[in-house]
Amino acid sequence: MSIAAAQKKGFGAVIWDYLTTVDHKKIAHLYLFGGGFFFLLGGLEALFIRIQLIKPENDFLSAGLYNEMITMHGTTMIFLAAMPLLLGIMNAIMPLQIGARDVAFPFLNSLGFWLFMFGGVLLNCSWFLGGAPDAGWTAYTPLSTTSPGHGVDFYILGLQISGAGTLMGGINFLVTIVTMRAPGMTYMRMPLFTWTTFVTSVLILFAFPALTVGLFLLMFDRMFGSAFFEVSLGGNAVIWQHLFWIFGHPEVYILILPAFGVFSDIFATFSKKRLFGYTAMVFATILIAFLGFMVWAHHMFTVGLGPVANAIFAIATMAIAVPTGIKIFNWLATMWGGSITINSAMLWSLAFIPSFTIGGMTGVMLASAVADYQYHDSYFVVAHFHYVIVGGVVFGILAALHYWWPKMFGKILNEALGKLSFWLFFIGFHLTFFIQHFLGLMGMPRRYWVFLEDQGLDIGNLVSTIGALLMGVGGLLFVINIIYTSVKGEKAPADPWDGRTLEWAIPSPPPFYNFKQTPLVRGLDPLWIEKTEGKGEMTAAEPLGDIHMPDGSILPFIMSLGFFIAGFGFIYQVDQKAWLVAVFAGMGIALACMLIRSLKDYHGFHITKEELEREAD
Amino acid sequence: MKGWMGKFKSVFLLSLLALVLAGCGKENLTALVPKGYGAESSMNLIILSSIIMLFVFVIVFLVYVITLVRFRKKKGQENFIPKQVEGNKTLETVWTVIPIILVLVLAVPTVAATFDLADTSKSKDGINIDVTGNQYWWHFSYAGEEIQTSQDLYIPTGEKVYLNMQSSDVIHSLWVPSISGKMDVNPENVNTMYIEAKEEGVYWGKCAELCGPSHSLMDFKVIAVSPEEYDQWVEDMQGVDPEAQPQDAVAQDGKAAFEENNCMSCHAIGSSPNAVGPNLTNFGDRSRIAGILEPTKEKLVNWIMDPESIKPGNKMTNNYPELSKEEASNIAEYLLQLQPSEITPESAGN
Repeated sequence: MSIAAAQKKGFGAVIWDYLTTVDHKKIAHLYLFGGGFFFLLGGLEALFIRIQLIKPENDFLSAGLYNEMITMHGTTMIFLAAMPLLLGIMNAIMPLQIGARDVAFPFLNSLGFWLFMFGGVLLNCSWFLGGAPDAGWTAYTPLSTTSPGHGVDFYILGLQISGAGTLMGGINFLVTIVTMRAPGMTYMRMPLFTWTTFVTSVLILFAFPALTVGLFLLMFDRMFGSAFFEVSLGGNAVIWQHLFWIFGHPEVYILILPAFGVFSDIFATFSKKRLFGYTAMVFATILIAFLGFMVWAHHMFTVGLGPVANAIFAIATMAIAVPTGIKIFNWLATMWGGSITINSAMLWSLAFIPSFTIGGMTGVMLASAVADYQYHDSYFVVAHFHYVIVGGVVFGILAALHYWWPKMFGKILNEALGKLSFWLFFIGFHLTFFIQHFLGLMGMPRRYWVFLEDQGLDIGNLVSTIGALLMGVGGLLFVINIIYTSVKGEKAPADPWDGRTLEWAIPSPPPFYNFKQTPLVRGLDPLWIEKTEGKGEMTAAEPLGDIHMPDGSILPFIMSLGFFIAGFGFIYQVDQKAWLVAVFAGMGIALACMLIRSLKDYHGFHITKEELEREAD
Repeated sequence: MKGWMGKFKSVFLLSLLALVLAGCGKENLTALVPKGYGAESSMNLIILSSIIMLFVFVIVFLVYVITLVRFRKKKGQENFIPKQVEGNKTLETVWTVIPIILVLVLAVPTVAATFDLADTSKSKDGINIDVTGNQYWWHFSYAGEEIQTSQDLYIPTGEKVYLNMQSSDVIHSLWVPSISGKMDVNPENVNTMYIEAKEEGVYWGKCAELCGPSHSLMDFKVIAVSPEEYDQWVEDMQGVDPEAQPQDAVAQDGKAAFEENNCMSCHAIGSSPNAVGPNLTNFGDRSRIAGILEPTKEKLVNWIMDPESIKPGNKMTNNYPELSKEEASNIAEYLLQLQPSEITPESAGN
């Protein structure tokens, strides 16, 4: 493939290009599209939940369907929306920030995406095949092991497949950051977003195996007659909760740390100031990640682990407030004394500070074990984690999209629409969730299909539903903004925000080889240094020469399809052994792909120096 | 002028009070008006942590607002390049040390309360009740008293009552917000917690761990009565004769239908330990049918005829012979007459 071939193409060719691409920027588009699709789906599920709870004893949804709805809302938002959207942004930006031409394992990158996508589709197939999982996104045993139908089976296989994709993504990013930084880009000169990508990848590497193990045990209990969680046969039901939360708590940081990185970059850029306390920010990130593995049992204060365990986990959890507080104050100090521009990207970031502070504070309140006996599994917890995940992660994703949209797609998102959607979503968000703190303390447990009349819960729930509808409108406006921008948006220059980091040193969108010549990095905020102290553009660290690029491949798609087919086989072989054919066929396809990949040489191709020079004209 | 201000002030304060009271939720359900030892213990920590956190929030918010007002880019300053500050050791130390102190202020009472609420060493001297969580109802067995009952948990006020809890199926969680925080009811081990009501009353109890389609309908009541009334209730319950014939003919037919249709294979009346389904010894005293319905005959007949429409996924559906409307009505009459005690939710101030 040459540069010329990357230009005007037919629709079929574009589809084929995306199916086979190993370019990190195109894989980012795929992640954003896939994650965005599931985000809308999860949002729709949220609206159904809120409509059911608009008044007491409502019958909009049946009890069983309601449980499916809450399960799928949680699972979809965490695994299929928030994480892929973040992985998409990481994919698009992190290699640019370290001055790399791609990630370390482009093939693996593509495989990671397709596994996520097929896993997500498999999970959602359950809606049409007898019912979605209904044991909550936490799938506590024995409710999940005894749940009738195949819903929970879809949950197990869907998450197992998409989880494998995520794990690959994490490993890939780790290796990329360790090995592919441009000359001069030392660890302590990496932008915060790259740092948080790095730490997040470590978390993925250590946290996901716990989920994988848990899901395998669950799978064997449900499909092959084992009894890991079956109490009457000597199993232990609570062990699932440990496995799940040893994964599940770091998962929260897997989501929030990249958002922290996004805000760090945005605050610095739009305040025209270097990030305040860079070193402290880096170490606070690492400390949060480390402590994140030590606190899982705070999800289990009411399980009956005893006062010693509860006390230790309470204190460990409270300790996380310290590095998080450091971050909040450093962001404020970054803006202090700066020259602050407020646009859509900055609005989302500014809204994050008070919203996330509330979420963090209720987190400390929840850490107080005895107080948690009241909060636990009530709407207080629902309010808390939505403040953290919407107020932190979703605001972070939206800030990142507005900030990097020109870099990723070459066009600037419409400001007027951006601001309108922000205000609707922001007001709707607080309207929905603030009152839920009180609903919880007033005696409303979470995951309640109906609440009864005359329990003082009517007004709070009504307000919450109105807020949710506002959020829905805000979200819809953002989608409209994307469509409007892609049709009528203004073309973006290479550096629309007066940026500080390397991604703004190359055109928007970047050529598929990113950097014509690998840049030389002379400090933190390398582009800013060149703009203020140098010649205004990056100095090359190498002479112009041939660039080696990897070949595209359809194998990741086919391999993931194989796992997808095998997934159906595993689920239905319980009813009929003939389905084992699907297991063998699917696994056969996947293994054949691996064999081809291992035996066939992929030489890649070179972009010659002459082509690069012609491009410059 | 002063009088007008005073009036305004009192009206204002009164309406504020009303708002706060309404905002605290339904009395005897809300955790915000604690009426038991555990709930008070939790409430103290909720208040302490709220104050600390509010303090932090106010500081963050003030700095935030000042920053935005003072340092927003102004007209004519488009080319202004701020000083590139790397950091500030003193400031960074301050905002590391102060949070550590604040966390310690919260941690110490948290640990103390955690050990206090987990202290069940004196359980032998107190009242012990074995609690079984079931999809979707609660069973209470009074250890040493030969009393079995379901859905309504009678306890004396001012005394620690130890609940030894286990589940017969999936995980449940027992929560009576006004009296105490919750504790999970696991299938594999007995969890013990104590509750102590400070005031007489009928308190709402909830299941707080997702346990199936009717998770939200697993309500129960804690009926806290004076120690004398409690003793009276124990005596009344122990004096129940499960074979006793009801007074009127309809209820007698109901009792016959109850026996013919094999209801007793699941539902015990009296102190039989059979707890496949809820024990019905004092069914007529209960404040709710199946935990949620008003105790009228009509609703009870509906329940007996089609429990699935009321509590989806319950274990009674399809596990008994089809009943005629008349049979169901007779059984309802019989059950509503099972009123062994003068001490009822009504007398406890429902």
